[in-house]
Amino acid sequence: MSQEGTTDSDIEAAIRENHPALITYITAGDPSLEETKEYVEALDRGGSDLIELGLPFSEPIAEGPTIQAAINRALDAGTTPEGFFDLVDDLETEAPLLVMTYYNMILQYGSSEASRASESDAEPSNKPDVRPFVERGAEAGLSGIIVPDLPAEEADPLREACDDYGLDLVFIVAPTTEGERLDRIMSQVSGFAYVQARLGTTGARADVSGATHDSLARLSEYDVPKAVGFGVSEGDHAAEIIEAGADGVIVGSALIDLIASSDDPAAALEAKAEELKRGAIRGADDNAVESVGETAATSPSER
Amino acid sequence: MTDGTFDGYGGRHVPDPLQEPLEELAAAYDDVAKSDAFRTELRDLLEEFAGRPSPLYYARNLSDRYGAEIYLKREDLLHGGAHKINNALGQALLAKRSGRDRLIAETGAGQHGTATAMVGALLDLETEIYMGKKDVERQEMNVFRMRLMGAEVNEVTRGDQGLADAVDAALEDFAENVADTHYLVGSVVGPDPFPRMVRDFQSVIGREAREQIQERTGGLPDAAVACVGGGSNAIGLFHAFRDDPVDFYGAEGGGEGSDSTKHAAPLASETGTDDVLHGMKTRVIGDDTEVHSVSAGLDYPGVGPEHAMYRAVGRCEYTGITDEEALAAFRELSETEGIVPALESSHAVARAIQLAEAGEHETILVNLSGRGDKDMETAASKFDLS
Repeated sequence: MSQEGTTDSDIEAAIRENHPALITYITAGDPSLEETKEYVEALDRGGSDLIELGLPFSEPIAEGPTIQAAINRALDAGTTPEGFFDLVDDLETEAPLLVMTYYNMILQYGSSEASRASESDAEPSNKPDVRPFVERGAEAGLSGIIVPDLPAEEADPLREACDDYGLDLVFIVAPTTEGERLDRIMSQVSGFAYVQARLGTTGARADVSGATHDSLARLSEYDVPKAVGFGVSEGDHAAEIIEAGADGVIVGSALIDLIASSDDPAAALEAKAEELKRGAIRGADDNAVESVGETAATSPSER
Repeated sequence: MTDGTFDGYGGRHVPDPLQEPLEELAAAYDDVAKSDAFRTELRDLLEEFAGRPSPLYYARNLSDRYGAEIYLKREDLLHGGAHKINNALGQALLAKRSGRDRLIAETGAGQHGTATAMVGALLDLETEIYMGKKDVERQEMNVFRMRLMGAEVNEVTRGDQGLADAVDAALEDFAENVADTHYLVGSVVGPDPFPRMVRDFQSVIGREAREQIQERTGGLPDAAVACVGGGSNAIGLFHAFRDDPVDFYGAEGGGEGSDSTKHAAPLASETGTDDVLHGMKTRVIGDDTEVHSVSAGLDYPGVGPEHAMYRAVGRCEYTGITDEEALAAFRELSETEGIVPALESSHAVARAIQLAEAGEHETILVNLSGRGDKDMETAASKFDLS
């Protein structure tokens, strides 16, 4: 990915320039890394502005049954961090790529790198380091990292490593988060704030939660793009979320359902991405109509 | 972190939606659980419902055999047959007083699930237990017990279908239902405040033992020994002695040997690493190691963060007791004293015997954390009892 000389990172630029943005998620290695490559390319063609790739971990927290099953399939297929990075090496997408994984995977990568590097050292420290993961990710061309189980209070080492290698560090914000904790999170966030539409686990639902509106209102004072996820499965949801004021919409479980159930997943993913992107643009248009007289929203552009 | 860490171990490594409920729980714990009314109700229930204080027993035959004074803290005699009830009562009371009407818990062998079902029935709280399918099959009696007391037992079929998978499932339920649900964590593991809260509820073990052994011997023991899976019975015993000149020994599930690739000994093994698991920073077995112990209650890849700290600062020595050593101690205590220990507790007995043989300690206090009825099938097949 090219690094521009402006203050906008790849990710912020992708969201602002393609406003309203579509952010798609699939689990790497479900059902194989070869197929993941094909699916990522399809999502890119379908109009994704950012693509999140899940690096599977055996003990995830707060993933719903759909993504949990995808993670299990990916682990059964033998997906490893090194295989994952090789995949990212191979991918040439227009949309910047992010990795979503658990802190354990980042620490484990650091400690196995350390033991490889210092095999002759008398005293292996067993103190893991987050930098090798970030360095390898940057080298492979990742633009950002999301770590659901990393509290903002403990994010400094990863934050510094991401800054050094030019990666964004995205945080998830719950509908219940406010006050001091929201400030703490927002002081660490870069790229975009991942706004969770409702409490609970990931997974496609039928409606958009009213909590979304409250969350977006609380976040409006922070100058970072906001994208809403958890429970988005249709173009109409995307429209509603953008209309509520989000800069982007995040879709995961609905795509994984397609991978698991479709005869031609690549085609189905591309079509779904198109539907969602159209929905998002419709939401932005409705918004523009409602807010006549206010500063004109960035005009939605299709790629 | 502002609180909840043990020299950098522990913390609250959970997704944002769980941060607030955990902060609330920590606040409720600091507030409600320290009130006199709460303490009085808990103390009464510990006495009348759970059967505290548990006796301290001088193991005369074992002591004669090995030339040390060996004392057993008889948590195996509590209601439910293990120390688990101490914590279950404390947390369920706290949940009730905080306005929750539903309890969830994970369980491996079924001991903690049973304790949770007991307090759920006692306090009229809806109770759901998550248990790996593998464990449901090998601990059928405990499943029947839980259901009999009105708990719903959810079979977890993902992953390895074991304890770690049950924890994952329970965490998901908690994330979804935080408004009315209390997650009754069964050991000194997980995100803050669980490690310190469970420790406090279990520390009654050491407080009693400390008084009892002083009454009996006029002094403190030279060593305190307990098995360590998550480590709640061990912390429960150690805590009251933490500032005393008493050596601590933790016996982990050594499986096929803590230098093999099949064990549950993240502290004793040289390949253990600092890592994040189930919401806490702690010591975890190396990634080339398969978690294994003959005892389901020790079959866990991580350990409570306070133990990780005890190891780092050298306050406690941790050793892997192999499956074979634990089984030998299980048989030996049964034969010499007429007490059948849980396989978990047998690890502590085995470590105590090693220490007695080494001859460096005169008085050894062992936490006999549970009884062995649940392990009869394992014993019957190992020792050809049928």
